[in-house]
Amino acid sequence: MLFQLIQSTLPGKEKPGFDNLYFFVKKKQGVQTERRVIVVVGGTKIVVRGGKLVAVGICIPVEVISSLQNPNSLTVEIPNSDPIHQIRPMVAAKMEKSAADLPASPGLSSVLKSLKLKTKQQELLIRVSVLFLVYVLAFITRLFSILRYESMIHEFDPYFNYRVTQFLTQNGFYEFWNWFDYESWYPLGRIVGGTLYPGLMVTAAFIFWTLRFLRFAVHIREVCVLTAPFFAANTTIVAYFFGKELWDSGAGLVAAVLIAICPGYISRSVAGSYDNEGVAIFALLLTFYLFVKAVNTGSLAWALASAFGYFYMVSAWGGYVFIINLIPLYVLVLLITGRYSMRLYVAYNCMYVLGMLLAMQIRFVGFQHVQSGEHMAAMGVFFLIQFLPSHQYSRPTISRFYVVIIKAILTSSYLVQVFNFLDWVKYLLDDPKKFHTFLRFTVTSAVGLGAVALGVGTASGYISPWTGRFYSLLDPTYAKDHIPIIASVSEHQPTAWSSFMFDFHILLFLFPAGLYFCFKRLSDATIFIVMYGLTSMYFAGVMVRLILVATPAVCLISAIAVSATVKNLTQLVRSKSKPAPAGSSKGASNTKASSKGSLEQSMPFGRNGAIALLLGALYLLSRYVIHCTWVTSEAYSSPSIVLAARGAHGQRVIFDDYREAYFWLRQNTPPEAKVMSWWDYGYQITAMGNRTVIVDNNTWNNTHIATVGRAMSSYEDEAYEIIKSLDVDYVLVVFGGVTGYSSDDINKFLWMVRIGGGVFPVIKEPDYLVNGEYRVDKGGAPKMLNCLMYKLCYYRFGELTTEYGKPPGYDRARGVEIGNKDIKLEHLEEAFTTSNWIVRIYKVKPPNNRW
Amino acid sequence: MFTSTPTAVLIPATLFRERNCTNESTPPRSLSTLHFRIFHAFLQCLLRSRDFQIGSPDRFIITDSSIHYIAQENNGVEAVSKVLLPYPENQAKNLAFLLVTITEGKGKTKTSSDRLPVDVIHPEGMPSLTWYAVSLPKELSKGGSLTLEVKAVFTHLLTPFPEKITQADAQLVAFQDSAHYLSPYAVKVQSLTVKLPEPKVESYTKLENTKFSGSEIKYGPYENIPPFSLPTIIVHFANNKPFSVAQELVREIEVSHWGNVQVTENYNLIHAGAELKGEFSRLDYEERPHVRGASALRSLVARLPARAHSIYYRDEIGNISTSNVYSDSVKTLLEIEPRYPMFGGWRTAFTIGYGLPLQDFLFKSEGKRFLDITFGCPMNDMVIENIYVKVVLPEGSKDISVVAPFPSKETREAKLSHLDIAGRPVVVLEKKNVVPEHNQNFQVYYRFSSLSLLREPLMLVFGFLLFFVACIAYVHADLTISKSSSSYIAKLQWDEVQTAIQQFQNIMNRVLVIHNKLDASLRDLSRTGDVQACKAARKTADAFLKELTKELKPLLSFLQSSPQALHIVAKVEELVVKEKELQEKVMLKHSMVVDSYEKKSGGKDIDNRIAAVQQKITLLRQEVDDLLEVIDEI
Repeated sequence: MLFQLIQSTLPGKEKPGFDNLYFFVKKKQGVQTERRVIVVVGGTKIVVRGGKLVAVGICIPVEVISSLQNPNSLTVEIPNSDPIHQIRPMVAAKMEKSAADLPASPGLSSVLKSLKLKTKQQELLIRVSVLFLVYVLAFITRLFSILRYESMIHEFDPYFNYRVTQFLTQNGFYEFWNWFDYESWYPLGRIVGGTLYPGLMVTAAFIFWTLRFLRFAVHIREVCVLTAPFFAANTTIVAYFFGKELWDSGAGLVAAVLIAICPGYISRSVAGSYDNEGVAIFALLLTFYLFVKAVNTGSLAWALASAFGYFYMVSAWGGYVFIINLIPLYVLVLLITGRYSMRLYVAYNCMYVLGMLLAMQIRFVGFQHVQSGEHMAAMGVFFLIQFLPSHQYSRPTISRFYVVIIKAILTSSYLVQVFNFLDWVKYLLDDPKKFHTFLRFTVTSAVGLGAVALGVGTASGYISPWTGRFYSLLDPTYAKDHIPIIASVSEHQPTAWSSFMFDFHILLFLFPAGLYFCFKRLSDATIFIVMYGLTSMYFAGVMVRLILVATPAVCLISAIAVSATVKNLTQLVRSKSKPAPAGSSKGASNTKASSKGSLEQSMPFGRNGAIALLLGALYLLSRYVIHCTWVTSEAYSSPSIVLAARGAHGQRVIFDDYREAYFWLRQNTPPEAKVMSWWDYGYQITAMGNRTVIVDNNTWNNTHIATVGRAMSSYEDEAYEIIKSLDVDYVLVVFGGVTGYSSDDINKFLWMVRIGGGVFPVIKEPDYLVNGEYRVDKGGAPKMLNCLMYKLCYYRFGELTTEYGKPPGYDRARGVEIGNKDIKLEHLEEAFTTSNWIVRIYKVKPPNNRW
Repeated sequence: MFTSTPTAVLIPATLFRERNCTNESTPPRSLSTLHFRIFHAFLQCLLRSRDFQIGSPDRFIITDSSIHYIAQENNGVEAVSKVLLPYPENQAKNLAFLLVTITEGKGKTKTSSDRLPVDVIHPEGMPSLTWYAVSLPKELSKGGSLTLEVKAVFTHLLTPFPEKITQADAQLVAFQDSAHYLSPYAVKVQSLTVKLPEPKVESYTKLENTKFSGSEIKYGPYENIPPFSLPTIIVHFANNKPFSVAQELVREIEVSHWGNVQVTENYNLIHAGAELKGEFSRLDYEERPHVRGASALRSLVARLPARAHSIYYRDEIGNISTSNVYSDSVKTLLEIEPRYPMFGGWRTAFTIGYGLPLQDFLFKSEGKRFLDITFGCPMNDMVIENIYVKVVLPEGSKDISVVAPFPSKETREAKLSHLDIAGRPVVVLEKKNVVPEHNQNFQVYYRFSSLSLLREPLMLVFGFLLFFVACIAYVHADLTISKSSSSYIAKLQWDEVQTAIQQFQNIMNRVLVIHNKLDASLRDLSRTGDVQACKAARKTADAFLKELTKELKPLLSFLQSSPQALHIVAKVEELVVKEKELQEKVMLKHSMVVDSYEKKSGGKDIDNRIAAVQQKITLLRQEVDDLLEVIDEI
């Protein structure tokens, strides 16, 4: 295309050297004349049309242009190809010129020149080393818990995972798959292989086996402890590529840094936090990244990779439901916004069909993809896009080989018929109007049919309705009213603002800014991240633990905000500087570079303002780093098995009571003893105490839990009957009255009453309350003061002075003197109490002799 | 060992030591005498059997630590080469340690010989006892006198009675033995003293000549006792010392020639005293720990070698924080508390580990290396029912042999540790009933080449090398499936274009270097005024430039023909044009300057003449550089 220069202006005349030069050109060929603007920035020529970047031409120094006798007759050739890929950063290349101009001895300079890395290589080197440092950072920041405490498994669920992993490494995969665990849910037992997500354990076992194969004699515990940090580090790499896919490599780097230290993620991935989420967030982000990549490229290979990512996610965590609902929703949004493309079709179909088939291999998931209400949205969208006009089915992006694969896949799901059928109908009906009518009819009837099928399926029980957890996500008040066992879990509580602030810090403010940038440069990828961000933020608001799911989205979107802002600002700073500006590692310039040209016109403060803003951004980011480190070391590195407190002289006091009790159980009770405790401690007792428990953290049987709740909230005589019927030998309670440890069984007791009362109406919550108030002192309800839990917690506590100046029997966790100090146990006896009274274990006496 | 006073050894365990000491000889008689004695001479007995006599064996039984000392004296008629020591069945099966030495002198001048060989024999016509025969180094002649010191240590001889006690009760134990020294020989004089840990006795068998004072019960002296006289005595007394028994102890001693001996000890501990029945009340225990829980095991002290480092104390479920380390130049004391106070019948299991400096324990002799380290456990008040001492030698060790001071079962196994291929050879020594007397050094001899030290680092290096080579191979390998696909061809073409451009850049750079050389020759000219040299430089430069231009031609034509290079060609051509222009100007400048020199014009004059050209050159040079960079970016 040839353009003739018709007018030129030189806005910055007073400045010599490279400057901005505006040419207004007129298109020579064709009928229409079009006004274009060519901006020459420091030797880079960028073509702008109506404020939007069109093309970049060759580098012409300003002097040359201005020295041309007649600038009005300059003819410029503009390559007629995709403009975006033509962008080349010229400004950065300038820095080397000054060095080259220096009069040096010819031999030396040539040697230096040959040694000097090219700009691109430099950039690559910087990028790779930054990424490597971020990788290391993400790993080591999660090791605070090892430094502060020790290399141990944290909290509750990880102990089960650890126990399962141990079993897996000792007995092999086949045994693991068929494992029936007699030690939990006595007398029911648990089919472990079929009721867990094996991804985490298999991953850890695989790492363990690999290391063993490479002759690194590691202990399985070390592998389990470090699995979460390792995967968190891998997540940063995925975040980098995702950011690169969404925006540019700069945003990718920022995203990697942000996610490496974001407290919302660290809370679930410190060393020792051996839980599904540790690997699941990696799998989640990987799946999303690969899917976005597949949508962007339309490549079947990426779609396949994303299906495998999805498979890994399904094998690792129940949160895969989020993926299988978000992706169809995204497809639907693209359909509505008119962005439907063949790329999307390929990506979604491949990912859904293969992902579904792969997911069915996980026994715990089984046929849920076709049977459960939670997965129906994906299936509906899948059917829907089969009915869409397929005129875009041309083959520029897919080779013949892949087409065959697609067809094979579709055949396997009996859908190619529909697909071909539409093509065939379209071929028959030459009139597009007729075809559209036909299409409308088919789509309507298909949707109707689908709705009917869904209705019938649900009614007949073939398609299961939504589970309680799913409901409680959509309706935050649902669990509170209907499923106390879900509502009782602290991590299922609605999120407080403070914890948002705690977990996200400045990201909370950067998030909307990032959304703004995403909307400014809307593409398939940014639409995805926007949807991911918004939905996950909603879920994070519903449940505390789902902050974790929102974290990657928040980090990515914030990274876009940070990267775009910083890039704009640095370009502002740089463009105002001298011809030999400070080099920048940013490789690609983008639309901002051009819009900046015009932006600069309206920026009166220009450079100084930009510098100030840059410093501000730097300050904010450094505050973020400080905050994250502080949070990690102070709040999220506690294993919660070992409690630490500050003593009177500032020294560290360790309460290791849990392990004391569990180890006592392990060593000094008969191997077949059954231990009854509230379900929270079930996993720990089986893993550390190696004893059979009645209920544990896998709360699959509400009735069984309610039975335990009922036993705890009954009088001792009634409780004894229940205990005997459950064949219990030991009862374990957690009590914080001596140390002031507040998450003990007395504080959880109301939930036991509620859950027990939900199944056994004999237990009524008001019996334990006085005027709606929960009290353990003299004013407490009589049933409260005599129920089993109260007795077990406060047995002989009335004789103990806990705090100077307080009467004996002063409960430090609740700050009251207990109401019933004279507790006699008839059917149980104290078997063990830990040194700080946190865990108390009682032995169930055999029934009295009749004579 | 013998000079230590028995009261100083307070071993709260079911540990019995019997010690037959003989160091005070009675005046020689017509018969040769074998003279036995104990430090404190509590019990004296004389035993006469046929022609052989034992004089004044003093038995001394310390029951708090359950130590049992006996002294014997032998008066024989004929020359004897062997002395028989019988023990009843119940004692013999608990006999952990037996040491017989010959001592001379008395009191502080006492000296002990090496240990004498002891064998189990089955003499005919004797009662069904377990017999040990001590071989004397030289026959004891008729009428001669010899002092034998026999030290025997028994385990599990104290029985808790009652077997179950509550938290508030004191632990009572019963001890049964014979008041007379069991011997096949007649005993002249003997006495027995039972020393108790506390002056509290429930009951004791009263024989003639029995005295109870303080915490001692004294039987005897009895004179002229015939062989095999066995009056039973039972003492029932309070013993609140916890009976810590390790049912199994696995000591793993791993030798690393990089300077460390890592010792890991896995204990399986039980309090073997009277079992706790009924409640364990933490409140009572905390408020009056010495009354409610008097016999509880609270802590253990391990005496580790000096310079022990990296000490840890943990169990299956993690680190145990209740431990302390005190160290000085002689020893390192590790004080550990189990997770919970251990009452009778309670168990626990834990692991302690520590590193030791290699040079303190590994020595060389006759081309062999040997490890010299203690056998038993470092806790001196513990009985070990089964000990497994595993010495893990570095991979590649050969000719392994063990020298131990007492018999033990020896087996071999292999252990796979870091970077091992065949596994490290492990010497396993197994022994039952181990008491602190077994805390003697044993030696493991082996050959190990110092070069083998480098094997593991070299393996690592090699592994990484392989990894990098694989990476390089992957980068360079062509893994394309379809060699005819358009994208593949495009990629190939693009590669060709890139090499062409690189060559092009090379040539351009060389041209620029030549320009610089010309400039340099001009500078030389202004300094030296040597016109001829300058001209020569010009000539060579011309030749080079011509050559380079020739080289440039095929490259340019290739670039122009290649479809992949379309968007670059323009720039390349522009660069060529600019460079030609630059070249011309440089030549012009050069010839102008040389001309001026030949005409001997003034320096200022030259400067003025070439000023315009120089300006142009700078400008062009900049453009060329810019263009080069642009192409570089591609």
